[in-house]
Amino acid sequence: AMDTDLSSQDRKDLDKFIKFFALKTVQVIVQARLGEKICTRSSSSPTGSDWFNLAIKDIPEVTHEAKKALAGQLPAVGRSMCVEISLKTSEGDSMELEIWCLEMNEKCDKEIKVSYTVYNRLSLLLKSLLAITRVTPAYRLSRKQGHEYVILYRIYFGEVQLSGLGEGFQTVRVGTVGTPVGTITLSCAYRINLAFMSTRQFERTPPIMGIIIDHFVDRPYPSSSPMHPCNYRAGEDNGTVYPSVEDSQEVCTTSFSTSPPSQCVFTVTKAHFQTPPPVVTDTLKVPVMGLAFSHQLSSSRLSYQPAALGVGSADMGYPVVFAGGLNAAHPHQLIGPGKEGGVPPVPSQPAHGTQADQERMCTPLEGVHYSAATPSSSEDTETVSNSSDGKCGSPHDLLETIFIRKVGAFVNKPINQVTMANLDIPFAMFAPKNVELEDNDPMVNPPESPETESPLHGSLHSEGSSGSSTGNTHDDFVMVDFKPAFSKDDILPMDLGTFYREFQNPPQLSSLSIDIGAQSMAEDLDSLPEKLAVHEKNVKEFDAFVETLQ
Amino acid sequence: PLSSRCCGPSSAGPAMNCRAEVLEVSVEGRQVEEAMLAVLHTVLLHRSTGKFHYKKEGTYSIGTVGTQDVDCDFIDFAYVRVSSEELDRALRKAVGEFKDALRSSGSDGMGQISLEFYQKKKSRWPFSDECIPWELWTIKVNVVNLANEQERQICREKVGEKLCEKIINIVEVMNRHEYLPKMPTQSEVDNVFDTSLKDVQPYLYKISYQITDSLGTSVTTTMRRLIKDTLAL
Repeated sequence: AMDTDLSSQDRKDLDKFIKFFALKTVQVIVQARLGEKICTRSSSSPTGSDWFNLAIKDIPEVTHEAKKALAGQLPAVGRSMCVEISLKTSEGDSMELEIWCLEMNEKCDKEIKVSYTVYNRLSLLLKSLLAITRVTPAYRLSRKQGHEYVILYRIYFGEVQLSGLGEGFQTVRVGTVGTPVGTITLSCAYRINLAFMSTRQFERTPPIMGIIIDHFVDRPYPSSSPMHPCNYRAGEDNGTVYPSVEDSQEVCTTSFSTSPPSQCVFTVTKAHFQTPPPVVTDTLKVPVMGLAFSHQLSSSRLSYQPAALGVGSADMGYPVVFAGGLNAAHPHQLIGPGKEGGVPPVPSQPAHGTQADQERMCTPLEGVHYSAATPSSSEDTETVSNSSDGKCGSPHDLLETIFIRKVGAFVNKPINQVTMANLDIPFAMFAPKNVELEDNDPMVNPPESPETESPLHGSLHSEGSSGSSTGNTHDDFVMVDFKPAFSKDDILPMDLGTFYREFQNPPQLSSLSIDIGAQSMAEDLDSLPEKLAVHEKNVKEFDAFVETLQ
Repeated sequence: PLSSRCCGPSSAGPAMNCRAEVLEVSVEGRQVEEAMLAVLHTVLLHRSTGKFHYKKEGTYSIGTVGTQDVDCDFIDFAYVRVSSEELDRALRKAVGEFKDALRSSGSDGMGQISLEFYQKKKSRWPFSDECIPWELWTIKVNVVNLANEQERQICREKVGEKLCEKIINIVEVMNRHEYLPKMPTQSEVDNVFDTSLKDVQPYLYKISYQITDSLGTSVTTTMRRLIKDTLAL
């Protein structure tokens, strides 16, 4: 045929692009389900290590898992890379929420320029992925994870398996990029049943429990993908866990040329980074952002007592919790930190070796504990991860980002009493809470609302109630879990509900009462002749004005 | 920037290659800003690159674009924007003006805000440069007034869901890989990109808005008609 076959350089470049695109895709998806807000810095000077000109951090463990799943292969027809996002409750029940699929089909675009158009379109596709990962239902669920459930990920390569998503799952396409060897497609299939339940959590309608009966999953696909426990392997004596960097990190330096137009000079250099001796401390510093590692909690599956755990783990002072889950076929667990200092309880079967892990890990964890990573290790981390400019992206800053709490959509509500968890109904915690729980929910009863502290407040309340109970005083006023803007006022320190009730029935305006009304009308009538005289004098001016409007 | 960045008037009507996308949202007054910012930032995320650095022989390298999550206060929604404070400020200023205009137009808040991407085409003196739009995004806004807190809560969720759909629509359009301006040489870069920001480089854009009254006509004509009618009595 007339079209030239892909040059070997182009072929090599294309393979590299696809490989790194796959790795970055996994990073974006997993990071979007950690439960925290992501923030990376723009940098005007390219460092050459930011693939696709986007600042996307590389969490080493995630890269490691993705590479393991790919096992040196690239997505091809019939061989798709899938990232499965699932939810696991404190009871141990799990349910698949989403499957993100990176697929390749046979439709080739031979004309397209690899090192230029394909590269830029892959960059655009990653941006679309960043946007889409925030709009599927699992995003909101993942932002609220912690006490009642956690979000897990699993990467597999091969055939896409969507049956775990239940009936009626929906698909959203993120985008496609044509290449000379096939068209890359990125899409997401997501369960909608649970989404329905979680947004209606706080309504007073009973849930349709019948919908999600197909979610009891230990592991439906026992052998099809490389399964691995979350904990670091016991018995690795030298402390090697996941090497935080490959022996040779490939760096992408892309130069584009404009003359002649659209030509591209693309160079890839292999930068041999000094692999730091793998030390548990180093690798743990990055994953402390809320990734999988196991921490054996002293709770067994059956005798889960949230209250006790809450007290005990609050002392630990760091919010991360992990699945001690030691189902052999256990997906990686992602947990976001920072849910009011409580440690999400996790069911676990004690597994051998985890005790040793715990001891091994307690020390580095306490050392890390929200202080900046030590300079040397953070440099290593930064050279490894694809951050161009470490400021926002360094582990230290990311830790800061974790604690951004914003009032509004995604404030985490610590539920102190997970009474439902004791029931045998799976996913019982997603059933709407009854009134007592809401009373303890700080979102419904904002803690800042003063009791009877301010004199103003006291004088307005004849009963001295706190004024923020849930709708048992006025039927037409329903207190819902949001924080109205400007609800805190220095002058009148009361919450919106109280204000509303107090000022619902103001007294009549005096000018509306008959006597005063009649008085002013009489005055108006008296002054009319004067006014008319003035207007007649200015008739010419008014006419001129009207002229301008014609 | 709300004011026009090009030197001459835009060509009347959309140019031949200008694709136009229209999105419609119904929101409560206090949700207008966040909803507009969510849409505009999502579009600009896709229409911004890193800063170009031209080297000899006409090659250039591209800087890195960072991103960050933004949570909305009045809508159950979150979106991703480019990490650039300058860009965020510019958008906030434009959206703030739009919101104020909507508010002062009366209770029937209806209006639209437009984000237009254009290229500059240099003309010889004495003609001024032409601005040729190649993509136009219009967001039609309908402001609703709600009676009580329960309705507001439902509105938070509904608008959040609607915005999710809008983001998916935007991404669909972006994925069509339709016309984009050719990558410019160093001398042409300011005709294609806005190079004034220090950390990112969006395509040249301008934002404008229009407020409509309930009859669908613009406010000026209605006011004139009102005054004429009153004086005619």
